[in-house]
Amino acid sequence: MSLKKVNPEQPKTFEFNEKTENIAQEILKKYPEKNKKSAVMPFLYLAQKQNNNWIPLAAIKYISKYLSMPYISVYEVATFYSMFNLSPVGKYFIQVCTTTPCMIRGADKIVKVCKEKISDKKDLISKNGECSWTEVECLGACVNAPMMQINNDYYEDLDEKSTAKIIDSIFRDKLLKPGSYRGRKNTSPENVKTINGREHA
Amino acid sequence: MLKEENKIFKNLYNNLGWEIDKAIERDDWKDTKEIISKGKEWIINEVKTSELRGRGGAGFSTGMKWSFAPKKIGSRPHYLVINADESEPGTCKDRDILRFEPQKLIEGCLIAGYATGAHICYIYIRGEYSFEGQRLQDAIDQAYKKNFLGENACGSGWDFDVHIHYGAGAYICGEETALLESIEGNKGQPRLKPPFPALVGLYGCPTIVNNVETIAVVPTILRRGGKWFASLGRPKNTGTKIFCISGNVNSPCNVEEEMGIPLKELINTYAGGVVGGWDNLQAVIPGGSSMPLLPKKICETIKMDFDSLIENKSGLGTAGIVVINKDQDIVSCMARIARFYKHESCGQCTPCREGSGWMWRILNRATKGETTLSDIDLLEDVTKQIEGHTICAFGEGSAWPVQGLLRHFRKEVDKKCSNDPLIKKKKDVPYLIDQHLLEKKNA
Repeated sequence: MSLKKVNPEQPKTFEFNEKTENIAQEILKKYPEKNKKSAVMPFLYLAQKQNNNWIPLAAIKYISKYLSMPYISVYEVATFYSMFNLSPVGKYFIQVCTTTPCMIRGADKIVKVCKEKISDKKDLISKNGECSWTEVECLGACVNAPMMQINNDYYEDLDEKSTAKIIDSIFRDKLLKPGSYRGRKNTSPENVKTINGREHA
Repeated sequence: MLKEENKIFKNLYNNLGWEIDKAIERDDWKDTKEIISKGKEWIINEVKTSELRGRGGAGFSTGMKWSFAPKKIGSRPHYLVINADESEPGTCKDRDILRFEPQKLIEGCLIAGYATGAHICYIYIRGEYSFEGQRLQDAIDQAYKKNFLGENACGSGWDFDVHIHYGAGAYICGEETALLESIEGNKGQPRLKPPFPALVGLYGCPTIVNNVETIAVVPTILRRGGKWFASLGRPKNTGTKIFCISGNVNSPCNVEEEMGIPLKELINTYAGGVVGGWDNLQAVIPGGSSMPLLPKKICETIKMDFDSLIENKSGLGTAGIVVINKDQDIVSCMARIARFYKHESCGQCTPCREGSGWMWRILNRATKGETTLSDIDLLEDVTKQIEGHTICAFGEGSAWPVQGLLRHFRKEVDKKCSNDPLIKKKKDVPYLIDQHLLEKKNA
């Protein structure tokens, strides 16, 4: 189970803004009326998106009223799932996969670069307040290991050099494009030209 | 070796384009109306003839699962739920289907929904796949525009809607009942079975839960016939499968191949061989991290299908192959997997919640050479106490890889245990049973 730290400084109130409210109404249509509780996870995502990528306790309270759920049930969900941040993260939030398939292809080097460039401890926001990094479990791109996720995008086939380049681009506020950093096409094999007698790339 | 014409996923690397028009050129949505007009019985029988087994890990017969859904729709609606919560380390096949072959999945959803009496389908995608989820949403919108979904979907007379529900980074939600709990808006903690989801599932209604790959191959099976699919591979292990080859190979890749292809051929032909040559191979995890690993000796001859792997005390699982060569420390590789399970245990059953931590701590100490021989016996005992004593299969999933390590690499583990018993070193190791003896007065 993952440990979650609730941020000591909390905003007093939280409310969906108009744009979020419209999306929330759309989401509610997906589920049967008597089961609107199902929308709790999408709503937590919405709150997180609206509030600079973290969820304040006021938002948990707001959602519990919105969906007529007990506060504790929403709190339970927010703490159970690792993708809900209960304390602030950087504007650019880097998640480095370090599970075995990435580990044996050198994920520790990526972690080292993050430590040198961003902050020496995970979850600590960098000095300029732009960026934070953390270690996560398998992100499901094992064929493109080692890899990391920056906000919503996957950066694949990394090494020390390319990771450093990407992080530098964050500090210039001009994030490089996601995808493979060895120039290969998605999950195709690099040195094998043909599959079943036909060229694949 | 799989012939080009027998390939199901022709756009695995996105050379041909994922959009609906390109997909229709590849024969997606061809004759869907005719297939549905042949009736539920015919569809389920054809899937049974194909001997398709679930691609999500357990390998349960798909046709059989569909036939468990009540024949008549009673007062409770039926649901179809697609499991796209791909989080097993070593596996990334569903991601490519979601990105590049979404129409196969959507068409499969319609057919499976019709066959099991469901009007609503939820696709549960892991939260990290936000790009893939967006791509799938675009594909769904395109299908709605062409009237392949919605009221009277594809002219079949069946109303069908597809919704996406995002997970939020919990591995356990790949377990079908935990997944249903998660959609209902709870913590993802598995339910006791029976009752099985086919009778009491989402919102207490009959629900069929299938993996992405299972559903995506169904339209092709029905178009080309169950017999065609059954002619590939060997009896009870039929058809094609996407293998994900990662780890210490020269060119890691995803590739679709026939079931029962020799592991050595798979690695050498597609993945460019093991780094440092075949002789440098140490072990292979054949089916995602929860399947026990295989030593080199078995890898020489093993065929990649459900039954041959079970014979060798492992399993095909999700067919996520992780190759580990001799440059790696096998104990630290498995210690990292143990850490994964410790992190992902949902905390519901005590043996798994506590045991996964025990296994990680002992293995972690072993990598540092701080264990004694009796610790390893303790480790083996812990795996036995988790296995079979939990609500869901996560317990087995966390215990089996450690058992595999002890079965095949006991020597390597023992080498790490040259330490004297800790008690003599007066080292302070938390969670050690004889902690209290460290204090003099207790000794």
